[in-house]
Amino acid sequence: MPDMLRLAFAIAAKDIRLELRSRTALLSAIVFSALVLVVFNFARDPTALAAIDLAPSVLWITFAFGAVIALNRAFYVERENAALDGILMAPVPRSALYVGKLLANLAFVGVVEAVALPLFVLFFNVSMGHALPGILGVTALATVGFVAVGTIFSAMVVRTRFAELMLPVLLLPFMVPPLVGAVQVTARLLAGRPLSEMEGWLRLLTAYDIVFVTLCILVFPAVVDE
Amino acid sequence: MTPDLSAARRTIRGGLVLMTLGLLAAAGVYILALYYTPMEARQGLAQKIFYVHAPAAWGALVAFSVVGLASILYLWLHDERLDLFAASSAEVGIAFSMVMLTTGPIWGKTVWGTWWTWDARLTLTLFLFFLFVAYLALRAAVPDRGERARFSAVVGIMGLVLVPFIHLSVYLFRTLHPQPVLLKPSAPSMPPEMLRTLLSGMGAFTLLYLGFVMVRYGIACAANVRGESSNAV
Repeated sequence: MPDMLRLAFAIAAKDIRLELRSRTALLSAIVFSALVLVVFNFARDPTALAAIDLAPSVLWITFAFGAVIALNRAFYVERENAALDGILMAPVPRSALYVGKLLANLAFVGVVEAVALPLFVLFFNVSMGHALPGILGVTALATVGFVAVGTIFSAMVVRTRFAELMLPVLLLPFMVPPLVGAVQVTARLLAGRPLSEMEGWLRLLTAYDIVFVTLCILVFPAVVDE
Repeated sequence: MTPDLSAARRTIRGGLVLMTLGLLAAAGVYILALYYTPMEARQGLAQKIFYVHAPAAWGALVAFSVVGLASILYLWLHDERLDLFAASSAEVGIAFSMVMLTTGPIWGKTVWGTWWTWDARLTLTLFLFFLFVAYLALRAAVPDRGERARFSAVVGIMGLVLVPFIHLSVYLFRTLHPQPVLLKPSAPSMPPEMLRTLLSGMGAFTLLYLGFVMVRYGIACAANVRGESSNAV
């Protein structure tokens, strides 16, 4: 197990190093998320709807779109020069490869979210206050779930035609439970509701993470092995 | 591993027989529903669509479960026929979900007063449809046969696991935010004549499902033998 984690970290470190050298994908994803936030602000009727009522949905749709953009690149880098074949030939268990990719994607999506969240606070004039730790927690909880599913799908779509179109079509139905849960919890946190009102949603999010991370580790070999 | 052409032809022929029987049975269900089943007191004639709608939903659910199970078996046994069978079932499932999703709103408009509402079951079935579409869109986008089979099996299995989660989240969503009471009657227990018609409807649609899937599967097998890509699933 520690060996598997060491290999996973090595793969994640490789991906992050690669990304930090070019920075194109990361910057584009960040700019894209900022643009989504701006567009959302103009897509609402300010006289009819207060920004705060829309805030949780805007935040999570921005995170979801940003994640889809970010996930598209995850296995794209492995396609050039058949880099994936190189990794597959190395004595690396498939589970380590998956977990490594998942960690790299989480770092990547995490950075996008870390930039989008302050922008969201700024643009929508949300006062986070004491809700901030809770929002960070639910963000982590929901992000792990849909990035886990997105990682396996991005490994598949990179081998297809229209990869950039295929990923959202596959991934969005799987994003529904984490997104619905995250929006509900965020709305209650911003409204200062007690924890007992979010318990059901938090359980759902946790169950989703556990079930899908496990399932993805189990089926990942079928995606990469001939 | 691929069965030869004559076996495919036999499957198609068997499927056509089942399909014909299913269509005749469906016509019989209409006659039964319109002439020999009592009119529902509050909903009137609109309720008759139920005898098509519920069996179609049943067929879509069966199709979806078959896709999931065949996908699990495929990853285990690596038999190409399982993949073709799952894909055929998904195609038939799309047809059934479309019947379900079109008959539902027609009924809903008359009885609920709205074409669509984000009711738990409605939302769930809409996502079943989206999953079928995603599954088939992925198949169409992967050129390599083996890869296509493996990828779609993964999606089939993950879809099967996703459904309870969607159901749970939609259910939580609804119970925490009760909507204004709709004109939905709390399901009255059904008179035996209605139940009989419903069950025959489900029988007819099961026959139709089997017939459609067998024909589609036979065509896919034949296309596979000939190396065509246009009829492959």
